[in-house]
Amino acid sequence: MYVAVKGGEKAIDAAHAWLAEERRGDTAIAELSVAQIREQLALSVNRVMAEGSLYDPNLAALAIKQARGDLIEAVFLIRAYRTTLPRFGATLPVETADMTCDRRVSATFKDAPGGQVLGPTFDYTHRLLDFKLAADGEVAEAPTRGAPEEATPHITTFLKQEGVIQTEVDSGDTPRDLTREPLELPADRALRLQALTRGDEGFVLGMAYSTQRGYARNHAFVGELRIGTVDVEMEIPELGFAIEVGEVELTECETVNQFTGSKTEPPQFTRGYGLVFGQSERKSISMALVDRALRWEELGEDNMGAPAQDAEFVLYHADNIQATGFLEHIKLPHYVDFQSELELVRKLRAEAEERNGANIAPQQEAAE
Amino acid sequence: MSNKTAPHGDPQQAARKAWMSLLAKAPEAQVLALWGGRTAPEHQTLRAPELGSTMVRGRIGATGNAFNLGEMTITRCSVQLTDGPVGHAYVQGRSKEKARIAALVDAMMQTGAAEAIRADILTPLAEARETAKAARAAKAAATKVDFFTMARGED
Repeated sequence: MYVAVKGGEKAIDAAHAWLAEERRGDTAIAELSVAQIREQLALSVNRVMAEGSLYDPNLAALAIKQARGDLIEAVFLIRAYRTTLPRFGATLPVETADMTCDRRVSATFKDAPGGQVLGPTFDYTHRLLDFKLAADGEVAEAPTRGAPEEATPHITTFLKQEGVIQTEVDSGDTPRDLTREPLELPADRALRLQALTRGDEGFVLGMAYSTQRGYARNHAFVGELRIGTVDVEMEIPELGFAIEVGEVELTECETVNQFTGSKTEPPQFTRGYGLVFGQSERKSISMALVDRALRWEELGEDNMGAPAQDAEFVLYHADNIQATGFLEHIKLPHYVDFQSELELVRKLRAEAEERNGANIAPQQEAAE
Repeated sequence: MSNKTAPHGDPQQAARKAWMSLLAKAPEAQVLALWGGRTAPEHQTLRAPELGSTMVRGRIGATGNAFNLGEMTITRCSVQLTDGPVGHAYVQGRSKEKARIAALVDAMMQTGAAEAIRADILTPLAEARETAKAARAAKAAATKVDFFTMARGED
């Protein structure tokens, strides 16, 4: 029997009031401002922007505060907000070759023009807890050095000059957009990259790690990793020309992978590509590895049955908002669904008891 | 599609692009401070400041096909000075006030007030931007690795 149930409003209101109080925590401790989160938890902010798929550090910081630091909940808030914004258009593709780099390293060429610039990295730290940070906020100023006006060309341009790396050519196609149409397979590389760049960092990292451990046999070199800001240009219809509408911080990773050649392609290096909002190095490298693994078909490589080669598996499970939405909904009331399951189990048991005679003792009726 | 679109052979368009781009990227606080208590010239609002987004695109392998990277927030606004030019603004972020000022500045830059506006607002914005960029570049430069070749003692 279907019974409509109403109620719980008071309980829900009380739960939300308590949530607000818990969010604030001990009022004897100073409250965090959104600006403090933006400035001091910048990598959380970056992750929320990347997976929320909306570049706005203030909004991401607000979402983190509201979500009590639960980054997937914060991503959820950003995704929801994003849908309320009218979209004025799309930008011209950003030119990462013109990036103002804070960091730029190559694992393949030591003496690349532009040099190896470490930037504000965790690399080479000892990962020892720094108790000074618990004591005070004093910070020494970072050293500076005269910065020569030197271009930092992409590392892959050197391989390109020698003709030993597959070139990436712009066909001028407008990319499909999974925020405007459902993600349908087969997904071309542009669509795959969109799904990966907004995908869950942990998921993409796990997939990438699996390729390193042998599930897809890709040995990747980080040809280049760069972090910095690029200008974002957009055609303005009222003007008839493009202007810069802003600038964004990006992390770009190009991996260089050996490719033994196919019937149509000579042996050469191929690329995996990662580009992510903010300073998101782990995600960017992961994205490049997974991108490369997913290219097996277009490169005529073997399908080894590895999870990272399975576009459907990767793309349909990378989005943490879809995943958490479906996963967490099962905790919500399913009283009616469960009632029918309960009826079914009782019926099956009754039938089994009948078949087996008195072998099974009659059960006491469960409380309704 | 072109790469960075530098308007060709039209210095006026190039100049307008430059100041609009500068305003778009400038921090809200700086724009508001430099505009100060200035009274706007008489104008009509053609499009009230409006919040929205634009889809930022990247290129596969930095040079290949475009793909959708994610959106960014922008705010736009259009004004027309009474019996004068139209000013447009598309600025980063969600500041309606910054967008309104940027549209007014764009309009005023097309009038006799251009020199004063440039001196009072655009030049200080450009200088602040250059200073900030130079400071970051100098810190990055300090983290550039100098390699030393070690004698390996094989001979």
